[in-house]
Amino acid sequence: MTDATGADKFTGPTPDNALRQADAESGPVLAADGTPLKKSLGRALRMQKIRALALIAPLLIFVLVSFIAPIADMLFRSVENQIVSETLPRTTEALGSWDGEGMPSEDVFEAAYYDIFIAAENRIHTRLGSRLNYELTGASSLFRRSGRGLDDIGEVYQDQFEDLDENWDEARPWAEIMGSEDWIAAQEEWDAADEEGGMPRFQLREGAATAFPNAAQAYLTFARFTQTEDEDSPLEEEPWSMVHTALYQDLAAEDYASYDGPRAGMVQAADELVASPDFQTVTFADGFAEIDEDWATPEIWQTIKLYSPNYTSGYFLNAVDMQLTPDGAEARDADEQIYLFLFKRTLFMSLVITFSCIALGYPVAFLLSNLPMRTANVLMILVLLPFWTSLLVRTSAWKVMLQQQGVINDVLVWLGLVADDSRLVMINNQFGTIVAMTHILLPFMILPMYSVMSTIPPSYLRAAKSLGATNWTAFWRVYFPQSIPGIGAGSILVFILSIGYYITPEIVGGTTGTFISNRIAYHISTSLNWGLAAALGSILLVVVLLLYWAYDRIVGIDNVKLG
Amino acid sequence: MNLTKTLLASTALTVAAGAVAAQEMTDSMTLVSWGGAYQESQQKAYVEPYLEDNPDVSVSWDESSAEAVARLRAMNEAGNITWDLVDVVAADAMRLCDEGLAMEYDPEDLLAEAPDGTSAEDDFGDMIVSDCFIPQIVYSTAFGYRTDMVPEGADAPDEICDVWDLETYPGKRSLEKRPINNMEWALYCDGVAKDEIYDVLATEEGQDQALAKLDEIKDDVIWWSAGADTPQLLADGEIFMGSTYNGRLFSVIEEQDQPVGMMWDMQVFDLDGWIIPEGLEEPALNRVKDFLMFATDTQRLADQAAYISYGPARQSSAPLVGQHATLGIDMAPHMPTDPENAENTLLYNYEFWADYRDDIDAKFQAWLAQ
Repeated sequence: MTDATGADKFTGPTPDNALRQADAESGPVLAADGTPLKKSLGRALRMQKIRALALIAPLLIFVLVSFIAPIADMLFRSVENQIVSETLPRTTEALGSWDGEGMPSEDVFEAAYYDIFIAAENRIHTRLGSRLNYELTGASSLFRRSGRGLDDIGEVYQDQFEDLDENWDEARPWAEIMGSEDWIAAQEEWDAADEEGGMPRFQLREGAATAFPNAAQAYLTFARFTQTEDEDSPLEEEPWSMVHTALYQDLAAEDYASYDGPRAGMVQAADELVASPDFQTVTFADGFAEIDEDWATPEIWQTIKLYSPNYTSGYFLNAVDMQLTPDGAEARDADEQIYLFLFKRTLFMSLVITFSCIALGYPVAFLLSNLPMRTANVLMILVLLPFWTSLLVRTSAWKVMLQQQGVINDVLVWLGLVADDSRLVMINNQFGTIVAMTHILLPFMILPMYSVMSTIPPSYLRAAKSLGATNWTAFWRVYFPQSIPGIGAGSILVFILSIGYYITPEIVGGTTGTFISNRIAYHISTSLNWGLAAALGSILLVVVLLLYWAYDRIVGIDNVKLG
Repeated sequence: MNLTKTLLASTALTVAAGAVAAQEMTDSMTLVSWGGAYQESQQKAYVEPYLEDNPDVSVSWDESSAEAVARLRAMNEAGNITWDLVDVVAADAMRLCDEGLAMEYDPEDLLAEAPDGTSAEDDFGDMIVSDCFIPQIVYSTAFGYRTDMVPEGADAPDEICDVWDLETYPGKRSLEKRPINNMEWALYCDGVAKDEIYDVLATEEGQDQALAKLDEIKDDVIWWSAGADTPQLLADGEIFMGSTYNGRLFSVIEEQDQPVGMMWDMQVFDLDGWIIPEGLEEPALNRVKDFLMFATDTQRLADQAAYISYGPARQSSAPLVGQHATLGIDMAPHMPTDPENAENTLLYNYEFWADYRDDIDAKFQAWLAQ
């Protein structure tokens, strides 16, 4: 046995080490142009490698883009969960310190108020609602309603400020209190010019952020949003009610008697109003409860907390009939468990289909490879003909054949084998799926079998017989072992194809003959729960890889031949 | 006919003139619809007349409405919207709106007034179920039954609970392979009052109750997932009765002349209409707006009813509904909204199903697989 990488076992020059030995003895061997031979050889080889790489590059890029990338994307989607923390950044942070017992504190409600208000202006709160609705029924409409309802909280303050001084409902005074003078001048100029684009970016006035910690931040958000999303001038747009709420918080927290910024009188009057006993306030918790009583239950907050992290195991747990709860992973209610069952059924039926394909395909392939060429070719066309027909047409044809008023039942009734009122049910169940899929996948079994069988020399069989074997022994001991690579290749093709099949089970499967892929399709196109679909798909991928590995261990992948 | 058309076109123009006339518009539009007879009705009723007035414009169809929500989401993620106007059912429009994939619009801006001056918003009324949804038609999910398979001595089935009456009406039924509609019918036939159905269905017990009721006929049900399944099953005599969209049944009964009858009791109304994908370029959007103003006006929606038996979503269109374009029969009695047909109906509860769809569907599918 030679071993190229091991230590040299010979001491004399061998083809392997001649060069090295020559090197060691008399310095580098030179090529014709004087460069060391090693270097020159390396360069030539490198050129060859690059050329080879360039030749396969289109295929490589194609595979990367169309195969590896989508699979990576799918794997990523099955755990990705950034939408919660991106939409509700303050809330998820505030919920971090909540222990999950009872109701969260006012801080959480405050954070949620600002988060959802801004999300609603960006029209992304409903997206979050749909996402959370997969975990908590009702979240969808809860968020949809709250987007509009949150104005009620801010309007409590907005109305009172407005009653005190109408300027609080105007765009200009707000801009003066919050904006820098340079920006106001630039914005005025831009407004007058009536041009498109290039609006001067809003800048906070120096000192505004310290004078109004909340309101300045809120106004900044509003002004930037108005400029970029609405493309309006903040000098002409009155701020959101959220800004009024923030202002109330600032006025309530600090004394503004010594405030000397722009519009000092207006601010001081508002400060006095807030301090007066008549001033009406509403806690954020009450405001939320007013919008929808679901906000006053711990469930929604627990769900948000549970799905705060950027990555979640929730989808995978759902895919194996479990769910994420505050106490860890738990099994789902028995009446909602379906996926594990469907995985098992998919595997079982795929195996049945594979075996029926072997049983039906083997004799056909045997016949094809042993008939004279001319007859074999005609038969081959018969095998390929259905292969060239549209999948939908073939599946629908099975419907016509198998249904209760269909061809087979009619024939059986006509022959008197079956009574007219007890026609066989052969479709919309497992039987229908197995029959239709066996038929559709049969060519994938026959073709590799045929190509392997046609390479088995007929003289082997004759030799076995001449040595005294019976027909059966000659077949079983001599022919069959040589045809196994064909069976292996066909089985892998058929099994892997059928495990991901979806159209045929959907059409003829009824309720007992559907596969896991039908649920994946449902979650992709109907429920839009792509995370769950990705998790189910990933599991299916892992199962296929595991089976492939097991096959390699048991049968050996070298034993598979496609031709 | 020509006169009214010109009149209508000119009113539409005066309304639109200031806003649209001077703007830049693309010359091609990709419309997305359901294919089949329905798309044909849209082609005949509004696309062809529109192209006559605008010969430079070309329209291409994409028959992808069934997977429109998923496709739009994928397009949005890829950042390349290739559709200009998408026909979807109202529930999907709501979801697209929630996901930020459909554009919110102002009915006063975008849609033409009724001929008598009623504003578009009032003319469509409650049909505008979402801020992004531009209604076109009212359709319903109703039952059809084989008239030749009604047992001798029995009356033709005329109420929803006959679906459960296996003794009087033996034979298979077909129901849609999803909880929506089936759960409501089951509860109704289990004695729940019509206005309490959704309160009951919101509870675990209510869902179990509905499934238990469906259990009674489970062995005799073929579950369909494509709208064409029930018509085929009826035509082949596979089933005695089955649910599907009323337009499909109309075509089985009137166009294919099969021995099939309509059972309108507890038909579930639903809406279908346009949405404009979010993020269209300005010229494309202007073209779409121009088209919509025309395609959703009173006469166009009424015209559509000549090709398919779905009711126009505008109140003002109803009196203009005429005869079928080729069969020459009056279409009004075949409309789901016809008073005779609409004695006992249910309206698809969008809000409820937006919340409960995932939850109840999980239960329903688990129940089906048992």
